Amino acid sequence: MIPLAWYIALSAVLFTIGALGVLVRRNPLVIFMSIELMLNSANLAFIAFSHAFGALSGQVFVFFVMAVAAAEVAVGLALIVAIFRTKHTINVDEMNSLKG
Amino acid sequence: MSLELLLFLILALIAIASALGMLLSRHAVYAALFLVLNFATVAVFYLLLNAPFIAMAQITVYAGAIMVLFIFVIMLLGTEVLPPSPVLPWQRPLAFLLALGLLAESVYLLFFRQRLTLSLPATIDPFSGPKAIGQALFTGYLLPFEITSILLLVAMVGAILLTRKER
Amino acid sequence: MHFSEAMPAGFFSLAPWIVFFPLLGLLVNLIFGKRLPERAIGWIASLASGAAFVVSILLALSLREHAEGTRVLLAEWIHIGNLRLDWAFRVDTLSVTMMLVVSGVGTLIHIYAIGYMHEDVRFKGDPGRYRRFFVFFNLFIVAMMILVGGDSYLMLFVGWEGVGLCSFLLIGFWYDMDTLGRPSWANSNAAKKAFVTNRIGDFGFLMAAFLMFWSFGSLNFDEVFAQAPLLAQAMPGLVIAMTLFMLLGVSGKSAQIPLYIWLPDAMAGPTPVSALIHAATMVTAGVYLIARSAPLYVTVPAAQYLVALLGATTALFAATIAVGQYDIKKVLAYSTISQLGFMVAAVGMGAFVAGMFHLVTHAFFKALLFLSAGSVILGLERGHHHLAHATHHGKEHDPHAHAEVFDPGDMRNMGGLRKRMPVTFWLYLIGTLALAGIFPFAGFWSKDEILADAFREGYQAVYWLLTIAAFFTAFYMGRQIWLVFFGEARHEAAAHAQESPWIMTAPLMVLAALSVLGGALNLPGLHSLTSWLEHTLEMVHPGEFIFPVAALSTVLALLALGLSWWVYGRRPLVAGQVDPLKQAFGPLFIALENKWYVDEGYWAVFVNRYIALARWLAEKVEWAFWHEWFHDTVLVSGFNFLSQKVLHLRLDRQVVDAFFDGLATLTGRIARRLSPLQNGFVRSYALMVLSGVVLILGYLLLKG
Repeated sequence: MIPLAWYIALSAVLFTIGALGVLVRRNPLVIFMSIELMLNSANLAFIAFSHAFGALSGQVFVFFVMAVAAAEVAVGLALIVAIFRTKHTINVDEMNSLKG
Repeated sequence: MSLELLLFLILALIAIASALGMLLSRHAVYAALFLVLNFATVAVFYLLLNAPFIAMAQITVYAGAIMVLFIFVIMLLGTEVLPPSPVLPWQRPLAFLLALGLLAESVYLLFFRQRLTLSLPATIDPFSGPKAIGQALFTGYLLPFEITSILLLVAMVGAILLTRKER
Repeated sequence: MHFSEAMPAGFFSLAPWIVFFPLLGLLVNLIFGKRLPERAIGWIASLASGAAFVVSILLALSLREHAEGTRVLLAEWIHIGNLRLDWAFRVDTLSVTMMLVVSGVGTLIHIYAIGYMHEDVRFKGDPGRYRRFFVFFNLFIVAMMILVGGDSYLMLFVGWEGVGLCSFLLIGFWYDMDTLGRPSWANSNAAKKAFVTNRIGDFGFLMAAFLMFWSFGSLNFDEVFAQAPLLAQAMPGLVIAMTLFMLLGVSGKSAQIPLYIWLPDAMAGPTPVSALIHAATMVTAGVYLIARSAPLYVTVPAAQYLVALLGATTALFAATIAVGQYDIKKVLAYSTISQLGFMVAAVGMGAFVAGMFHLVTHAFFKALLFLSAGSVILGLERGHHHLAHATHHGKEHDPHAHAEVFDPGDMRNMGGLRKRMPVTFWLYLIGTLALAGIFPFAGFWSKDEILADAFREGYQAVYWLLTIAAFFTAFYMGRQIWLVFFGEARHEAAAHAQESPWIMTAPLMVLAALSVLGGALNLPGLHSLTSWLEHTLEMVHPGEFIFPVAALSTVLALLALGLSWWVYGRRPLVAGQVDPLKQAFGPLFIALENKWYVDEGYWAVFVNRYIALARWLAEKVEWAFWHEWFHDTVLVSGFNFLSQKVLHLRLDRQVVDAFFDGLATLTGRIARRLSPLQNGFVRSYALMVLSGVVLILGYLLLKG
C-alpha cells in the first residue's frame, strides 16, 4: 500500500528535473528530452489518480498525451534539423533572433 | 516496510537517478539513454498502478519510437559538446533556485497541506485492461481519437515539409 | 349700432373688392408690366382704381336703402381667448364717404399721372420708373382702402402703416436726386424724415390701441364704443390718455403741430403723389380716425378741446408760413397743413360732419391745386427743355448739362403764365377761390360750417384762430395767383412754357367742377351730408348757417385777396426783385421764409441732442467702453491671462503636460530597464515562466 502522495511527489520531482533541464541545458535535443520527461511526469500523476479514483479517463488522457508528444517530437526534431541546416549549429544560445 | 513500498522506493530512486543522469550528462547520447531508462521505470510504475495498456504503450511509443527518433537525429547531427556559455551567466543558479522553490512548494503542498492519505493497492484490475481502454476510446472519446489521428497526420506532413531540401 | 351678421344686403358683399381691384391692378403691373407699353400700365392702374370707385358707388347706393350699414367678414385673423379680430370691412356712411373720396379723387389723379409721369420720368432721365410709380400708387389705394374700410383699430392700423409705407416709397421715388434732379440723397432723406416722424405718431396710435385692449379687451369699433361711456365715467383719465395718444398719432399722420414738419419735405415726391397722398387722402386719415372714434372723444370734453385748439393753432401757424414760401408746392403743402388744422379743429369740437365735409371739399380743390401746380411745373420744364433744344440744337440733347440749375417749382421763375397756360390758369383760379372760401365755391360752404360750429359751440379761441387763418389762406393763395400767372415772365422757361395735354387737364376739369359744386353736398338747410353721416355718427346735428360768421369770413377773404393784389398784383414782381413783403417786414418775413425756424429748433432741441447721444453711445459707450475697454482690455486680456498664464502655463504645461510627459519618461525608462529581459533567448523566457509558476504557486499557498 503506497500512499498516493508519494506517487505525486515522485511526479513533482521528475517534473522539476525536467524543467531544470529545459532551463540549464543548451543542446536543443536535451531540452526536448527534458520536455518529454515533464510530460512523462504528468502522465505518471494522471495514472496515479486514475488508479486511486478508479476512473478510466485518466488512462485515456495519457494515451492522448502520448500521441501529442509523438507528434511534437516529430515536428520539433524536424525543426532542429532545419535550423541546423541553415545555422550549422544547434546551440540555443546562438539563437536569439526573437530579441526585440 | 512492505515489499511494495520497497519496490516503490527502489523504482523511484532509479527514476530520479536516471532523470538526474539525463540532466547532467554532457553527451546527448547518454542523456537519451538515461531517458530510456527513466521511461522504462515509469512503465513499471504504470504496471503497479494497474495500467498495463499504458505501460506497454509507454515502452513502445516513448522508449521505442520517440527515443529512437532522438537517437537517429543525434546521429544525424553529431554529438556536439558545447563550450561554456558566455551569455546568461545567472541563468543556471537562478534555475536551480527556482527548481528548489518549486520542489519545496510541491512537497509542502503534498505532505503538509493536502494530506493525501489515500493509499493505492498494487492489484490487477481486469476492468482497466486494454479492452476497457479500447471501448472507452471508440465510444466516449471517439472524436478526440479521430482528431489525434489528424494531428499525427499533420505532424507527419509538417516534419516532411520542414526537412525537405529546397529545390 | 347693430350690424346684422347675416348675408349682407344689396351690394354690400362687394365691399372687399375695394381692396381687391387695386390689388389686382398692382399685381398685373408688377408681373406683366415689363412687357406692357407705358400707356397700358397707366390705364390698368387707373382702371383698378376706377373699379374700386365703382364698387364704392354701389356700396353707397346700397346704403341709401340700408342706411344702418353692415359688416362684411372676409377672413378670420386673430382669435385668442376672448380677443376676436377679423379681416372684416365695415360698410357704413362714414367709411363709404371716405372710400368715395379716396377712390374717386384717386382715379382722377391716376389718369392725370398717366400724362404727368410720362413727361416726368423723361425730364428726370429714367423712364424705367414709370411702372414702379403706378405699382406704388395702386398699393397706396389698397392700403388706404384697408384703413378706411377696417372694422377694428388693428385693421385700421394695418392700413395706417401701409399708407405710411407708400408715402415713404413715393416721397423717395426719385431717391437718388434732389427736387431739381441733381444727384443727391435729399429726396430719400425727405422720405426718411416723413417715415421717422410718422413713427413717432404711430407710437401714439399703438399706445392708444394698447390702452384700449387693456381696458376694453377688444379693438373692434363696436365693442370699444359700447364700453367707452362707462369707462369714461369710471376712469376718465384713462380715456383722456387714450384719446391724447391717438391725437399724437393724428398729428403724425395728419401733419399737425408738433409733427407736421415732414409734410413740406414730402413735396419731394412727384406732384400726383403730393396731390393724392399728401393733400387729398392719406393726411386726412387722422381726421377720419377722430371722426371714427367720435363716440370715444365725446365722452371726454377736455380732450376734445385740446384737439380743437391744436387743430386751430396748426391752421394759423401753417397759414403764416405759407405766406413766406417761394416754392409753388411748398405753399400748397403748408396750406394743406393749415386746412388739416381746420378739419382737426372741427372734429375736435364735435363738429364731425363739418370736418368730414371740409375733408371732402378739400380733397377736391387741394387735389385740383396740386395737380394744376404740377401742370405749371411741367409747363415750365417743357419751356426749359424747348429752350435747351433751341440753343444747343444739334450739339447736345441733354438738358442736365446746363451749368445753371433751373428750379421749375420756384414762383420767382414764373410770372405771366396766364397767357401761356390758359387752361391751367382757369383751373388754378377755381381751386384758389375754393380754398380761399369765396362764395359759392365748395370751400366757402365747408369752411363756413366749421367756423359757424366753432362760433355756436362757444369755442371762442378756436373760432378766432381759424378766422385769422382763413384770412391768411386767402392772402397766400392770392399771392400765388399774382406771382405765377400775372405780370411778366421772370425766366426764359416761363416765357416758353407750354400748356399740358388733355389727359392732364381733363381730370382737372372734373376736379374743378367738383370744387365749384362740392358745396352742394351739405348746403345749409338741406344738410344732405349730415343726414347721410348721422346714420353712423349718431351724435351729430345739423349745423346752422350763421350769417355774420359767413359774412365776416367772406369779407376777410376778399380783403386778403385785395391785399395780395395791392402787394403783388399792382406792381408785378420783376426778375431778381426781392419779395415786397420782405422789404416791408424784414426779419419777420425772413422768419416766415424759414418756417419760423421750427426745423432748426427741432434740430437744436431733439435731432442734434439725439445725434450727440447716439455719437456718445457709439464712440464712448459702445466703442471706447465696451469695445476698447471691456472687450479688448478686460475680456481679451483676461482671457489671455487665463488661457496663457493660468491654463496654458500653469495648468496645461505644469500639470497636465508635466503629468503626461512624466508618464512618457517613466514608461520609456521602465522599458529601457526591462528591454534587456527581452534578450531573444528562449531559455531565459522559460525561466521567467517558471519563476511566474513558482511565485503564483507560492502566493496561492500563502493565501491559504
